[in-house]
Amino acid sequence: MSKQYKVVHCTINGKEVEQIVDVRASLTDMLRNDFRLTSVKKGCEVGECGACTVIIDGEGFNSCIYLAVWAEGKEIWTLEGLTGPGGELSDIQQAFIDEGAIQCGFCTPGFIMTSWEIVNSGKEYSDDELRKLLSGHLCRCTGYENIFRAVKKTMLRHLGKFEEAEKVNSQGIADYPEPMPFM
Amino acid sequence: MSNKYIGKAVTRHDAHDKAMGRIKYTDDMCDKGALVIRVLHSTVANGIVKSIDTSEAEKVPGVVRIFTCFDIKEKHYYPTAGHPWSTDPSHQDIADRLIMTDRPLFYGDDIGAVVAEDEVAASQALRILEKSVEYEELPFVLDAQEAMKEGAPQLHEKYPNNVLAHTEIHMGSVEEAIKEPGLTKVEGWYETQPVQHCHIENFICYAYGEGGRTVVVTSTQIPHIVRRVIGQALGMDWGKFRVIKPYVGGGFGNKQDVLYEPLCAWISIQLGGRLVKLDVPREETFISNRIRHAIRYHITSWMRPDGSFAARTIKAWCNNGAYSSHGHAIAAKGLNAFPQLYPCDNIDGETWTVYTNRSVAGAMRGYGMPQASYAFECHAEDCARAMKMDPLEFRRKNLMPVGYYHAFSKNELYSDTFNQCFDKGAEIIGYYDKVEKYKNQTGDIRRGIAVSTFWYNTAVYPIALETSSCRIVMNQDGSVQFQLGETEIGQGADTAAAQMIAEELSIPVDMVHPVSCQDTDITPFGTGVYASRGTYTLGFSVRQTALLLKEKVLEAAHQFTRMPVYNLDLVDGKIVRTTDGRELMTIGELALSKLYTTDGSQHLTAESTYQIKSNAYSFGCCFAEVEVDIPMCRVRLLNIVNVHDCGQVINPILASGQVHGGMSMGIGYALSEKLMWDEKTGRPLNNNLLDYKLSSFMDHPRLNAAFVENYEPTSAYGTKGLGEPPACPVAPAIRNAIGAATGVYINELPLSPHTLFREFTDAGLINDPWRNEQGKESK
Repeated sequence: MSKQYKVVHCTINGKEVEQIVDVRASLTDMLRNDFRLTSVKKGCEVGECGACTVIIDGEGFNSCIYLAVWAEGKEIWTLEGLTGPGGELSDIQQAFIDEGAIQCGFCTPGFIMTSWEIVNSGKEYSDDELRKLLSGHLCRCTGYENIFRAVKKTMLRHLGKFEEAEKVNSQGIADYPEPMPFM
Repeated sequence: MSNKYIGKAVTRHDAHDKAMGRIKYTDDMCDKGALVIRVLHSTVANGIVKSIDTSEAEKVPGVVRIFTCFDIKEKHYYPTAGHPWSTDPSHQDIADRLIMTDRPLFYGDDIGAVVAEDEVAASQALRILEKSVEYEELPFVLDAQEAMKEGAPQLHEKYPNNVLAHTEIHMGSVEEAIKEPGLTKVEGWYETQPVQHCHIENFICYAYGEGGRTVVVTSTQIPHIVRRVIGQALGMDWGKFRVIKPYVGGGFGNKQDVLYEPLCAWISIQLGGRLVKLDVPREETFISNRIRHAIRYHITSWMRPDGSFAARTIKAWCNNGAYSSHGHAIAAKGLNAFPQLYPCDNIDGETWTVYTNRSVAGAMRGYGMPQASYAFECHAEDCARAMKMDPLEFRRKNLMPVGYYHAFSKNELYSDTFNQCFDKGAEIIGYYDKVEKYKNQTGDIRRGIAVSTFWYNTAVYPIALETSSCRIVMNQDGSVQFQLGETEIGQGADTAAAQMIAEELSIPVDMVHPVSCQDTDITPFGTGVYASRGTYTLGFSVRQTALLLKEKVLEAAHQFTRMPVYNLDLVDGKIVRTTDGRELMTIGELALSKLYTTDGSQHLTAESTYQIKSNAYSFGCCFAEVEVDIPMCRVRLLNIVNVHDCGQVINPILASGQVHGGMSMGIGYALSEKLMWDEKTGRPLNNNLLDYKLSSFMDHPRLNAAFVENYEPTSAYGTKGLGEPPACPVAPAIRNAIGAATGVYINELPLSPHTLFREFTDAGLINDPWRNEQGKESK
């Protein structure tokens, strides 16, 4: 089969772009190879690990199983786009630093993109809901503990609940009142 | 000593760049014009490659070259373990690997390679090539004990009955000791499963020619060792290779092995030094990198009425897979730990490391101790129950006592670590109250709480060389760069080292810059990170080198202040006259003056090697509280606490992070992870992240990491191993908690619904009508 190419027009990190892509290329390939947006990581290339997550029209997607040609007309954000023009970090990025939520850093970009979507949703999620929303990402370094805290604190701050955010402590023993049915 | 930087929660130096997504890992650094390598893996578990017809695959547009095992003209067998080399041949790792082989020993063995212009072409050619291999298939064996039997398939000529190694220990006389009247015998089999590291960055490397040599950029924990092994694998001088280690997306021991660097370098050489990249897909990472050994333990203890041990025996069969990798070291570690954790005068122990036709087992976080801890701590629980003793009190009574000295390693238990960790953990989780509360439960949903401990040490002395080298270079403003052979792989070694240097030179930590990426042309020699050695071993060379630099700085200060060196010190970034505390000049003024003076200009730098001849125990414990839904055969982990004594904590936030990660790995090991092979074909069944159940965000409660800090007297900064220990006690704690909840104590991992269903049915907690009809199956 000879190669087929197509022109894709989309907005990446606020900038309109036009790119010729191999029709078989994934959005991960396009973002990494054509735009050198290397925060988009490859961990499995089949949508299992979440390291390649980007925001497409306001919603998080695994870009490794999203064809580049499907990006036509879409608005795409990667982690590079969350940083301001003067290098200013967004609050969710800063929270990942402050809470020690970063170790090897490979899952970090994907996690931050989903977290960004969560904290900007204007919703207050329960702990269990947060865990479920973040469960599309695998991390082998952190046990998710500090990531959980970074996301929860930032979510509460977005809702103006600053005092509550400060109370999200570094450790906690949950006191379950009675046996609970499984989720 | 009051510390300014050690013991403080300094933000890791690379956190900001990682939060911006601009840190460069191996793939991010590789030019996109690189040729792509895909490895052709064996699709038989044991066999001989008769032929590989490359003609069809070569027709795929974009294919550059296809190499097969038949292109290897000179066979250089090489070892892959990330151990320091030994100049004594009897201590060298087993050299049983070839970069490609015509004698595949497991499903996934490397028999050829495709080089193409892009990934799609390489993958298409690979699919064709897989169908173009003619094998003579041979019988295979997947189980360690089966592999030792007469008539089992033989993997390596030099190792009859597939026994890579067999060692024994004997203390006192078990035979005599068990004659003592009134003993209670406790016996059990404990089975652990193979699992994989699952670092989120798969292994990747690329290679190119430069200046008549080959440069290999690789995601590794051990760059200097990789250079040596490439030389051995290719039969070339080691200096012909330069190895560069960029930022690494997790290693956990898999990258403490030489993986595809030799093949990648060889292919680049075959292509005249062209840039070639070998990026291992996740599915291949599971089966063609390394895995954790499955170890089967059998332990027997004879208990006196007072709950003490009269005699003990242990046997272990360690499934090593098809090649030696780390060899017997993993099984030996468990055997070595056995008499130390619960000392007893009469012990017999033996262990076999056995080749089988499975994926190669190597180092993985804990190096044999997650398996051993499971066996030891299941068994300890069983002994306590047999003696009707509280499991925690049983442990307090029988564990290694304070002052215990181990003659071979010269390790000593200086502090009452076990009891301190137990006390702290019990208080955090409310152990004693919950033990009472959860007594005599009935019903479908029950809760339990339990504890487990483990044995661990730090670094590899005296079994192998322990050496660390450091270089510190001062800039014109008094800030410094430093370089170490101990690699940053996410654990935070660079930040810990920066804190030490800041402390020693008394300069702000933001004036201390790690050169984070190792390059064998530039970085001082070091063997890398493994064995929970990093912070301990680098501490020695960091301190020694920083003191050398400080000496030079003060000598230089003498030139500009006229004061004798013995009256000068470095305090908070200033040259201070100690006699009256006057600040004479800043470190920046001094560095600038010394570099640009027309009277004896000198750049201020120091470099040194420290050979470490000590080791340190690193102990702790885990408390787990679970809720078991018996009919659903599901375990919900409610609370979990790990307490560790790693000596002085250098950085509490990074140390907690290490503990969280280890606990998480332990949770997966306990409840869900297991690599499986088809018994009929030897083919792996679940080598992807969907079917292999890594523990996810939803499988975790809050993780509690706590420390007791007993300053380690042998250590440069009072610290000792922490990287691996947190992964060791989790699975047995969960197993014991499930037992406390249900009365069913399960001796096999993982404690998945499948296992629980069988065990609960056996115990009569679940009625399985189908099984009643068929008659009770034997296990």
